[in-house]
Amino acid sequence: MSDGDNDKKMCIIVTKGTLDWAYPPFILATTAAAMDVECTLFFTFYGLQLLKKDVSHLQISTLGNPAMEMPMMGMHMTMPNIVSAIPGADAVASTMMKNMMKKKGVASIEELREMAQEGDVRFVACNMTMDLFEYTKDDLIDGVELGGAATWMEAAKEADINLYI
Amino acid sequence: MAETFLDTKGMNCPLPILKTKKTIKGLNAGDTVKVESTDPGSVKDFGAFCRSTGNKLLDQSEADGVYTYIIEKP
Repeated sequence: MSDGDNDKKMCIIVTKGTLDWAYPPFILATTAAAMDVECTLFFTFYGLQLLKKDVSHLQISTLGNPAMEMPMMGMHMTMPNIVSAIPGADAVASTMMKNMMKKKGVASIEELREMAQEGDVRFVACNMTMDLFEYTKDDLIDGVELGGAATWMEAAKEADINLYI
Repeated sequence: MAETFLDTKGMNCPLPILKTKKTIKGLNAGDTVKVESTDPGSVKDFGAFCRSTGNKLLDQSEADGVYTYIIEKP
């Protein structure tokens, strides 16, 4: 991968499976790869969602997020917790978010994930949580390794940057 | 030495950097790429990218909201 003289490494634990939280690990991993930093992403718990073949089901949640403001007609609309009790509210908010991202030229998760793999970012899926949620390797995209805490530890010990998302 | 043109107008972070890296990969040493971006954040990012990867930022300019970078592959 590396054609520069950087030999830095980065390791990220990816624990979240909502659309908004899917972005930071993939943005940082693709940028790391572009800057010749070797990167390992360790997906555990809800983070495993980001490795599914189809990620169109990823949603944002309006629940418990007072900081969520959607730009609307020149203003910002907050999402009170009660909104999330309405059936389909998260789906509507997620569609709004996706449209907004498209309009602003933000890459899709599929696109970033593909670019991460092209940049030789290493994807490790946590074996224990795969078992816990009864996912098999067939549920995930190709090119994913299975591993446990020791696999992460080995990568993390060598890493100059360690993040937990 | 060849110059390649890369249009990243309308793209948001980190796409301009990712596309630039991809383009540079296909270049020979001494070749340059001219990148156009409409992302104001690209000003800091292209500086950081070039300093960190050893690619040479030969020139940068801005006109009508379009940022232009000339980068040379070492």
